Amino acid sequence: MSMWPTLSERIRLGSPVALVTVVDGPGIGGHLLVHPDDDSVVVLGSLGDPDLDRVVARDAIAELEAGRSGVRTYGPRGQTTPEDLIDEPTLTVFVESWAPPPQMWIFGAVDFTAALARVAKILGYRVLVADAREVFATTRRFPMADEVRVSWPGDVFTARGHELGPRDAVCILTHDPKFDIPAVRGALATSVGYIGVMGSRTTHDRRLERLAEVGIDDPADLDRLLSPIGLDLGGRTPEETAISICAEIIATRTGRSARQLRTAEGPIH
Amino acid sequence: MRELLDDLDRWRAAGTRVAIARVVATDGSGPRGPGAAMAVSNDGEVIGSVSGGCVEGAVVGEALAVLNGERDAGMVTFGYSDDEAFAVGLTCGGTIRLFIEEFNW
Repeated sequence: MSMWPTLSERIRLGSPVALVTVVDGPGIGGHLLVHPDDDSVVVLGSLGDPDLDRVVARDAIAELEAGRSGVRTYGPRGQTTPEDLIDEPTLTVFVESWAPPPQMWIFGAVDFTAALARVAKILGYRVLVADAREVFATTRRFPMADEVRVSWPGDVFTARGHELGPRDAVCILTHDPKFDIPAVRGALATSVGYIGVMGSRTTHDRRLERLAEVGIDDPADLDRLLSPIGLDLGGRTPEETAISICAEIIATRTGRSARQLRTAEGPIH
Repeated sequence: MRELLDDLDRWRAAGTRVAIARVVATDGSGPRGPGAAMAVSNDGEVIGSVSGGCVEGAVVGEALAVLNGERDAGMVTFGYSDDEAFAVGLTCGGTIRLFIEEFNW
């Protein structure tokens, strides 16, 4: 079955799709078309081995979720670890993704913001930093951000909230009820996949009281708030905190436990 | 690829044979990233670009060679820093790797 009708239609509609092409090694010129479909993955074509197809499709979906295109190398049955590739011919595939990059919106131009924006860029996010305070929200302080806005959270969500979806993240770092209550309210009105809110457990409890005062008390809504933000890595610096937040974002997206792999069972991927 | 869709559909409907060249990797500075694409029909019509004009002429020759059966689908590298580099380089000094194949998928 030809891939072109599906590929061209999805590109035209702006629906995520990845085309995998074997560009070097055994099976050169082979193609696999991969796209998400609700909670499952649709795979068209084959690279000649079911295990290879499975591993490559999995990686193509990950590239697609990150909005990345690039080359990857495998053994003929999908092997990826160096020990498994000894004495095996390797094949190089090009994964071409059609997807807008995921977005991270960071509210609050604080100490942690620059480090979080840097790590988010490494992960392929389009990063927006917003703060109502003109002296702090500057491109000079956040040159790594794709966009820096002097704006109240509510205004950003009113204008652009419809852009956010399950691949995107909102990180609210302000600690200040003036900003974080409207930011939480705005984020909850979108279908964004991750809402992290910074602050201690005490701050979190007070925030819940303030949210209740403005009518935000639906348990399903409050359950979406990841607060205190991040995984329990024990780090303290802005950079360590950024890693902890981004690790939580990844685990939220994949639905994994974020445990150490050696304490878990079953396949790693 | 997005900007090539209409022409590829037209060629496909007409049964025209076409080769596609896509950037799969860049090293150093390069004008177009992975996914930049051009297509060449067997009667010499060319659409798209892969480098902003530096290597397109050479790519047309390789694409026609694929369609004529003079070479197989495969990688082509342009730049000055690689053993397999062609004589044609990028003015920016970077290297780009392209995959050229017949459009039959």
